[in-house]
Amino acid sequence: RVNRAYKMNSDNLQECVLKQIDRYEAVDSNVLAAALETDHQAIVGAIKSIQCYGDVIKVEPRNTKKWNVTEEGKQVIKNGSYEYNIYQAISAEGTLQSEVLQKIPNSKIGFSKAMSNKWVKVDKKCEGGPRVFRNIEDLKDETRHSLLAIQNGGVEQIGEKVLAELKKRKLAQEIVNKSFFIQKGGAFCLKLQKPETDLTAQMIQDGSWKSKTFKDYNYNALGAPPAAGHLHPLMKVRSAYRQIFLEMGFTEMPTNNFVESSFWNFDALFQPQQHPARDAHDTFFISDPAASTKFPAEYLERVKTVHSKGGFGSQGYRYDWKIAEAQKNVLRTHTTAVSARMLYKLAQQEEFKPVKYFSIDRVFRNETLDATHLAEFHQVEGVVADRSVTLGDLMGVLREFFRKLGIEKLRFKPAYNPYTEPSMEVFGYHPGLKKWVEIGNSGVFRPEMLRPMGLPEDVNVIAWGLSLERPTMIKLGIDNIRDLVGHKVDLQMVYDSPICQMDF
Amino acid sequence: MPTIGVNRDALFKSLGQTYTEEGFDELCFEYGIELDEVTSEKEQIKKEQGEQKATDIPANRYDLLCIEGLVQALKVFLQKESAPDYRCVAPLNGLKHKIIVTPATQKIRPYCVGAVLRNITFTKEVYDSFIDLQDKLHHNIGRKRTLVSIGTHDLDTITGPFTYDAQTPSDIKFISLNQTKAHTAPELMELYSKDSHLKSFLPIIQDSPVYPVILDSNGVVLSMPPIINGDHSKIKLSTRNVLVEITATDLTKAKVALDTIVTMFSCHCDEKFTVEPVDIVGHDGTVVETPGLPYRQETVNANNLNKKIGIDLTASEIANLLTKMCLRSEVTNADSGEILVTIPPTRSDVIHACDIIEDCAIAYGFNNIVKTFPRSVTVGGQQLSMKLSERLRVEMAGAGFTELTFSLCSADDVGTKMRQVGKNMDNLAVHISNPATLEFQVVRTSLIPGLLKTAGSNRKMPLPVKLFEIQEVVLKDGSRETGARNERRLAAVYYNKTPGFEVIHGLLDRLMQILEIKWESTNPELKGKGYCIKGAEDPSYFPGRCAEIYVHGKAVGKLGVLHPEVVTNFDLVCPVSALEINLEGFY
Repeated sequence: RVNRAYKMNSDNLQECVLKQIDRYEAVDSNVLAAALETDHQAIVGAIKSIQCYGDVIKVEPRNTKKWNVTEEGKQVIKNGSYEYNIYQAISAEGTLQSEVLQKIPNSKIGFSKAMSNKWVKVDKKCEGGPRVFRNIEDLKDETRHSLLAIQNGGVEQIGEKVLAELKKRKLAQEIVNKSFFIQKGGAFCLKLQKPETDLTAQMIQDGSWKSKTFKDYNYNALGAPPAAGHLHPLMKVRSAYRQIFLEMGFTEMPTNNFVESSFWNFDALFQPQQHPARDAHDTFFISDPAASTKFPAEYLERVKTVHSKGGFGSQGYRYDWKIAEAQKNVLRTHTTAVSARMLYKLAQQEEFKPVKYFSIDRVFRNETLDATHLAEFHQVEGVVADRSVTLGDLMGVLREFFRKLGIEKLRFKPAYNPYTEPSMEVFGYHPGLKKWVEIGNSGVFRPEMLRPMGLPEDVNVIAWGLSLERPTMIKLGIDNIRDLVGHKVDLQMVYDSPICQMDF
Repeated sequence: MPTIGVNRDALFKSLGQTYTEEGFDELCFEYGIELDEVTSEKEQIKKEQGEQKATDIPANRYDLLCIEGLVQALKVFLQKESAPDYRCVAPLNGLKHKIIVTPATQKIRPYCVGAVLRNITFTKEVYDSFIDLQDKLHHNIGRKRTLVSIGTHDLDTITGPFTYDAQTPSDIKFISLNQTKAHTAPELMELYSKDSHLKSFLPIIQDSPVYPVILDSNGVVLSMPPIINGDHSKIKLSTRNVLVEITATDLTKAKVALDTIVTMFSCHCDEKFTVEPVDIVGHDGTVVETPGLPYRQETVNANNLNKKIGIDLTASEIANLLTKMCLRSEVTNADSGEILVTIPPTRSDVIHACDIIEDCAIAYGFNNIVKTFPRSVTVGGQQLSMKLSERLRVEMAGAGFTELTFSLCSADDVGTKMRQVGKNMDNLAVHISNPATLEFQVVRTSLIPGLLKTAGSNRKMPLPVKLFEIQEVVLKDGSRETGARNERRLAAVYYNKTPGFEVIHGLLDRLMQILEIKWESTNPELKGKGYCIKGAEDPSYFPGRCAEIYVHGKAVGKLGVLHPEVVTNFDLVCPVSALEINLEGFY
């Protein structure tokens, strides 16, 4: 037997529990509670604590059902059942009903129970009011008897019907007892050694780790996020595209001129001055500085001629070409303006050498903003200039380019573009979306663009372009461009964005 | 790209062939027309009823802007018919209609062309298509009627010769289309200023002292271009003879528009594909017959064509393919591979041999061309500015800062919100004249406002918030061709409960370290050879909390604790320290 004062200490309780387990080998926590004369909850606490030390004990939860007597039931055991008391209160010659009801506690319940048991009967016509008579002789208080049996652990002697009746009368109840069945574990010991939370420098230095046990880690929790900065997903995709171009032997063009003259942005590309793209609805015009002034004079003259009168085998657009229109400064609407400058430069060289150029940079459109359009976006552009480059070469270079992006199947659709002929829209079969999506535009630059620059007749220039934002949105599953760029981006999206390898 | 509505079943009927959905898709794709995806249930029902939209008509193919043209082109493409031969046929009596152009028109809308469609039969569908094509041409080639505007009239209700004049607005009075009473031109302008469709065209002539007007010999007003036609001569389903008049500021486009209309609808005339010409008597007395219906010839060489596309076809194979594209072709010299191509008046888009080459490639099938890789030997290379930026980005992220990107902003963002006001700002920033939204008024002159705006819309994020951007700003620069130049910058902000100047300062030290620029400290030997920071004044920064960064003795940027007003201007509530430096000297 354990002394009560000793029990108060939980460490000691754990040891007492261990001793008991050692004695019984296998035991129910209820038995332990009884044996140690301790509250069951305290025993459960001790068991849980012991479990933290590893495989000291094996614990299985158990649910046992048990009948017991309620407080009211206990009163019945003490005082007898209400119906028995009614019966007892009736004299042999009968008693006035009012008197019986007055005398006995809970008499109403008792009376109706006694009546339904046919222990008593009522004569309403008696003098002085209704009178109650005993109906049978020699009666045992079965209810009390049953409750007593339950209290003494003899519930199995009682029939189910009686139990149900007692339960209904709230005199007895069936309670579920949650307990634990405990056995010795593989590392059973009588003296517990507290496991260490984690390895410390001290333990390594003094070697104490050798004799210590360590708490288990919870592998179901997430780790702590590393303190880090993050690259923007769009810029990660830009890096991926740059790398592809560099792998393919392309040279980056200098695109550091957001402000461009209409001449280089449109006229040099054989885009007529009345073209809708040159409308204020589509293009940002610059009010300050409003106009460019310095142009290569001879080249400008040739551009003017090819627009207004034709030449180099072309009919031209046959309209009145105005220098004032060409001078208007704009925010470049495409990086092709830069390509035009580069090709012009190329044409000024003594001897023509083939080039492969690329650029990925910002372009600007005065568009109505919506989920897929912003006023600025990145254009990805590739250009190849060489003698006798063919349309088949353009398709081949596109195949290699998109293959590096994980798009194997390509389809080409005829399209219209003022400065390329033939022009092709490029469709790729997206294995993720399981459909053909437009992935870019391409074409062969028109002779009306190249020849005025001074490029030889047999030099063909093939080019293609796509936006950087669209593949990034597809990659990240973003359907509103404003969730990707602009000041409304959710930084958490930037923090969480993947490394953006573009091969789907 | 222009869009036209096409009834699929009617189209199949016209083509004399039915297609599966995929098959028809494929045909359109190969030809360069894209069908709208069915996106709604309503559209699905429409589709089942045969209504389908053909979108993405190439913008220079005016001949595909109506069902008549589309059917004709596809029939020729499918080799069910040969391309029609469009002809001008003068009336038997030789008396052509005349439009007399007065000198006054030169002040406002100088060109006029015309033609007559004789014995045409309209049905409801043809009539709708006729009106629709005019709308499409007005919008596309006509540049919303500024360049070209079209009027069509029931010729039997009017009497020639016709006069194209420009008159004082108050002198013009007529019953305009679908009106019941006569209005003067100023009254019409007032009336149509409330018309959602027409009001956008009014400015084309609004302020001119004279308005264009076309009258018949009895003074009946046919139209007041480019605004409205008269009600008197309007086309009805019963109309049999149509006068088409086109006024313009661009003669080439006027001719193309006229050729397009008459060729497209001459298929509904009793004598198919014929047009009755009209004499245009110029203001100087010269007489020109229109429409021109020009058939132009161009010689292409099979070798050259094969080389451009990357295929290997015989001249006659090429001629057959071109003929499928309505470009009637014949081999004139089989040995040298010379092919004579006739470009019909419907194909105004063909202005160079390269357009013919494209048509050959389309007819051959883009997707049948063998894909080759250019043999051009080149060495790849990067811009040094990008090379540096790419490396710095990674280092910045390694230093715990998160990257952002954008570039346009409102004038307020770089100006008043940053406490940068007055002349200095105007002299610095490139201004946009026609921004569609206030968000984009200037090109950024500093990267910091964007970072602050982002921090402001991410106030839920745990502190500190550390952001950076490496991008170009644009500054006015009179020495440049365009008057502006880009400047590559690096900017960072640190947003936390404490100002964290030491954090942003430490970032600068780290940057200089990786760029191999030594701290000058107080070492006199390093003076002007490394970097240092010196106290400075800047309205964006809190007084006494701003320093200028000097590298090799030159000022390259600033760092400091931002002014509390700047902080609140960007809806932030805690101190912000910031850094911005010019990277131009570092690569």
